[in-house]
Amino acid sequence: MSVTPQLGGGPLLAGESPVVVPELPEASRDAVKPDRVGAVIRYLKRNPSLPIGIAMLMSLLLFSVIGSFLVDTQRARPLSVMAIQPPSWELPFGSDRQGRDLLAVMIAGTPLTIRIGVIAGLIGVGLGTVLAFVSAFYGGLLDTIVRGLVDIGLTVPGLLVLIILAVTIREGITVNQMALVVACLAWLYPTRVIRAQVLSMRERTWVQVAKLSGMTGPEIILKEMLPNLFPYLAAALVNSISGAVLASVGLEALGLGPIESPTLGMTVYWVQFNAALINGWWWWWTAPIVVLFILFVGLFMVSLGLDEIANPRLRKTV
Amino acid sequence: MAIQASDERTRVRSAVLAVRDLRVYYHTPRGAVRAVDGVTFDIKAGERLGLVGESGSGKTTIALALMRLIRPPGRIEGGEVLVDGTDLLRLAEEQMRQRRLAVIAMVAQGAMNSLNPVIRVRDQIADALKDHGVRLSKAELGSRIADLLQHVGLGPHVADMFPHELSGGMKQRVCIAIAISMQPKVIIADEPTSALDVVVQRQVMETLRNVQLELGAAVILVGHDMGLMAQAVDRLGVMYAGTLAELCEVRAIFEEPLHPYSQLLIASLPSLDKKGVFQGIPGLPPSLLNKPKGCPFRPRCPKAFDKCVDVEPLLTEVKPGRWVSCHLYDVDGVPA
Amino acid sequence: MTALLEAKNVGKTFGGGLFDKVRTVALRDFSLGIESEPPSILAVVGESGSGKTTLARLLLGLVGPTTGQVLYRGTDLRSLSGTQRKQFLRDVQVIFQDPYEVYNPFYYVDHVLETPVQKFGLAASRAEAREKIEETLRAVGLRPDETLGRYPHQLSGGQRQRIMVARALLIRPRIIIADEPVSMVDASLRATILGSLRELNQAFGISLIYITHDLTTAYQISENIVVLYRGSVAEVGDVEKVVGDPKHPYTRLLVGSVPLPDPDKAWHGEPPPSEEARKAAAVPHDGCAFAARCPDAMQICREERPPLYQLDEHRAAACYLYLGQPEIGADEIGKVMVPPTREPVSLPVS
Repeated sequence: MSVTPQLGGGPLLAGESPVVVPELPEASRDAVKPDRVGAVIRYLKRNPSLPIGIAMLMSLLLFSVIGSFLVDTQRARPLSVMAIQPPSWELPFGSDRQGRDLLAVMIAGTPLTIRIGVIAGLIGVGLGTVLAFVSAFYGGLLDTIVRGLVDIGLTVPGLLVLIILAVTIREGITVNQMALVVACLAWLYPTRVIRAQVLSMRERTWVQVAKLSGMTGPEIILKEMLPNLFPYLAAALVNSISGAVLASVGLEALGLGPIESPTLGMTVYWVQFNAALINGWWWWWTAPIVVLFILFVGLFMVSLGLDEIANPRLRKTV
Repeated sequence: MAIQASDERTRVRSAVLAVRDLRVYYHTPRGAVRAVDGVTFDIKAGERLGLVGESGSGKTTIALALMRLIRPPGRIEGGEVLVDGTDLLRLAEEQMRQRRLAVIAMVAQGAMNSLNPVIRVRDQIADALKDHGVRLSKAELGSRIADLLQHVGLGPHVADMFPHELSGGMKQRVCIAIAISMQPKVIIADEPTSALDVVVQRQVMETLRNVQLELGAAVILVGHDMGLMAQAVDRLGVMYAGTLAELCEVRAIFEEPLHPYSQLLIASLPSLDKKGVFQGIPGLPPSLLNKPKGCPFRPRCPKAFDKCVDVEPLLTEVKPGRWVSCHLYDVDGVPA
Repeated sequence: MTALLEAKNVGKTFGGGLFDKVRTVALRDFSLGIESEPPSILAVVGESGSGKTTLARLLLGLVGPTTGQVLYRGTDLRSLSGTQRKQFLRDVQVIFQDPYEVYNPFYYVDHVLETPVQKFGLAASRAEAREKIEETLRAVGLRPDETLGRYPHQLSGGQRQRIMVARALLIRPRIIIADEPVSMVDASLRATILGSLRELNQAFGISLIYITHDLTTAYQISENIVVLYRGSVAEVGDVEKVVGDPKHPYTRLLVGSVPLPDPDKAWHGEPPPSEEARKAAAVPHDGCAFAARCPDAMQICREERPPLYQLDEHRAAACYLYLGQPEIGADEIGKVMVPPTREPVSLPVS
């Protein structure tokens, strides 16, 4: 074994014997290794938005999953039951003008709407992250192009673009195609905000230390920067999903969605088409609104909670 | 403490600020961090007291506690802070607010970076004055501000400038101007020059000295630079792990430090006269969360003996004007 | 002999582009050659705005010069090939000022030690890597079991900075650029870390560029010193001479402004600027950067930037007070530096 001179001790430290390390059993920082599970639970207690939001979203999912076992989702199709029935024991949510069992519609439609949101949200943030990292880290012409595209794209009224897209695909748009249409614009905002984060992170000293330790650009992006952005990306994802659901519901309510699917937005469309409000068929429009409400508030609470994790300055803890 | 009751009363009366057994704990989920654990000192009018210590010694916490600016999870657990016979810790928030700036003022660490960037200097000072019920006409206010700026060595044109137009030293002097605007009796300066260059540092400290002499105020200088303390204070208190290790006249502590921590600290100071060996203090300060029994410095102390393990030493006056908390100077104990 | 790392007439200007109104010259025509044999310690002292941090970043290749070149073994840093760059990183390393900012908060502190081991192939296996890391930590006075497996915020500033010294030791570079390595560390630990740095130089033959605003620690650790003022060299030479008997008015001011830890020693203020200095302050000029504050300013100081005058074998100052002394060029400051002496080191028997 090579002889390693004792730095910071040994002959340079006056009055100290040349022993390797001074004996200091208790003079160290809190030596307790972090108790992860306990810390997580304590944290959730202090940051209630997160668990509340998750609970709300979970309840919707459970509603759909358990519901699909208990209720025959075929009854979400038209002409399944008597039309325009107010809520009763056989039809807890009532029925609509085309004879759809509204409970079945909610059970079948909720996961569809969520799916559109999730697919579009994932594409949006996924594409946004890649573009943001590459453009912010390498800079130059690529950055200028991406930045230009994003800045211009964000000024164009999104709904207008989506309407034009949806109209073009008009013949029998499916749920997945809906998701892709919405995704077309969903990547703009995530790219901008994540790019800003990467730009500021690029100047951090630990990135420079990584460079000086021999790491390459892609390695720094993947191993050094990306892990630090996880909470931020999660929050961006939730916001993206929220926006995607809103966009899809908006398109569907205008009648540009998948006509045959019982998505929440389509139900809203049928409600309007059949003037349910004026006709006093309150159970028809109450159901989708309540579900949408829980969905959006749930997503918002989760996003609030994630924001608190992502932004240390908002943290209420020491 | 081994002092006579009448001595104590005399001491409190002649002091402009008397701190008695101040304790400030931060309550974390894992327990209480004893940031300040029983600190006692006096300061007379016109006197300059330094509180020197390393990070985690509690010196900034004391400064905040004296201003009653401790926020949860921190809490002032006990003690007294007597100004003019009134215990600041027992006052209602509104009464304390009136005294902040008017009786006791602080130039906080990094204060120069806390100046509002979108408000002119003139308005920052005016806001402080108005907050304390000073009602002056626009002209009177203007001249009062120019006067204040002159006291800190800045020209009247500075009043119309924004903080970003000023250099670091000028900004810090503006903060001093705000601190003295109500002519307080005690000025606390927490690391007022740590972000400044050494040449500017001297200018700012000179300003502080001039201001103090004019007001006859007491100054508490909190910092970590022993060199600065040697030049800028009359009495020095050395903080370690939330308590005072030593407290005495500044000359005395440099000539003959009594507490082993002070001794090691002074020995570790590099000199500008001749080259020498580098002498640090091995080890780390103790955790303030699970503070061990006995003397907090014991694990790093070259002169520790068995009494130091179990019994916490108290700040005692072992010679006139020289306070130490170390068992080496126990009258009844047996030093090693 | 080509210096290992060399700054050749390097200048760095910020701003002054199409949209920036203000052009700041951070560094002006600076030249310095750093040999690795024999290993030396050079202090670069200056206050904020002196250009010292810019110099550090230029020497590390983190930023490119506006004029001049930074050469590694004769090749410009900006045109290094992949292998050359790897070699450069093996030879030239850094210790940054902020012991918190250097750590990626997502990882344990181990990460900053394991990365160079992996990237530079310093160990053949994970076990060997672990052993090397532990050995290096012990060498800087840290206990591996109390340091590894922890997050940065769980350690003190002094510990974190010592880990960075350990990282440098692990890589065994020829040159370490230390940018204010102890200014954010507590006083009692400063001496320990400086002792480590000195030992890196003496026992391992690593040259050190110690960049700081703290004249006292610079004096203690270095053999030679360069005093920077507003991007130019004010004075350079043997540190004992420059600090003990400063010749440039700025150096005099700097030395006098240091508060000495002795209440009986006076703390000098800034002497009042001369009449010429007041004129210099009133109107912008192309002369000496210090003219506006200088107690000895003369008319010539406002006209042209002073060259470096060699005052004796190991000293030069850029001041017209010494007009008449032999001039040396900005790229010749190496001439006035004291050649380092390597003291025999007594290694403790372990």
